[in-house]
Amino acid sequence: MTSFDPAGVTIGEQLPALALEPVNRTMLTLFGCASGDLNPVHLDIDVARRLGMPDVFAQGMLGAAWLGRLLTNWAPQSRLRRLDVRFQGITHLGNAITCRGEVVDICDVDGERCARVQVSNSNQFGQLKIVGEALVSLA
Amino acid sequence: MIDKKWMGYELPVSTLPLERGRLRAFARAVGEPDPVYVDVEAARAAGYPDLPAPPTFLFAAELDSGTQMAMAEAMGISLAKLLHGEQGFTYHRPACAGDTVTVRTRISEIYDKKGGALEFVVTLSEVRNQHDDLVAELRNVLVCRH
Repeated sequence: MTSFDPAGVTIGEQLPALALEPVNRTMLTLFGCASGDLNPVHLDIDVARRLGMPDVFAQGMLGAAWLGRLLTNWAPQSRLRRLDVRFQGITHLGNAITCRGEVVDICDVDGERCARVQVSNSNQFGQLKIVGEALVSLA
Repeated sequence: MIDKKWMGYELPVSTLPLERGRLRAFARAVGEPDPVYVDVEAARAAGYPDLPAPPTFLFAAELDSGTQMAMAEAMGISLAKLLHGEQGFTYHRPACAGDTVTVRTRISEIYDKKGGALEFVVTLSEVRNQHDDLVAELRNVLVCRH
């Protein structure tokens, strides 16, 4: 990670984008075990089909974890005050996700100078999968 | 329709000891290359007593214990209809390998949209460590599609 300069953060600044490999079954299995999300709809094609899905699909929290990576790659995690995400769509096998972030405001929150960062996660077709917002301390 | 009697319901408490191996497995699963999350020396150099739990990891406690799924089942929501709508984290202090976190969750809101076609269950959680210090607050919105 490059060193973070809180004094140099400006509104409109883009975080370095994080581009992920296309989603595959191995990723879903590894994430299922590590995150505790063992919902078989993400792991077992038979269950996914029984529930009306064409195949297994990514755990929502995998995409959220990638947004966590986007943020901690930019600023140390000890500066992260909030992360709020809204799931917009299902991330399918083969989706190559890119996480992006932009500083949209610099404001005082509970007496602490913070950057408000809009984050998003979308696939190679530009379809939004997750949108969210983070607060990063600049104090 | 989900019975509004569930409003205010407190879920059984979940406890999760944070282990280095589990945190490394999580880092590998999300492709995290930053040594702070896998190498204890790098974590210490960054000011943590041990490997820190990444920003979204704390969600694992209630997945491991199965409390949220058990709640959905008790409310009569089938897995096939259930979606994760939103997830929020407010951070107060780091949680690191060697800590044990305890999660206490209650149902704060139940509402519907589109004439009941979509129902929403909002839960709020407090995550505390073994010293009873507040580590994080979580907000989860589950969506039930009819």
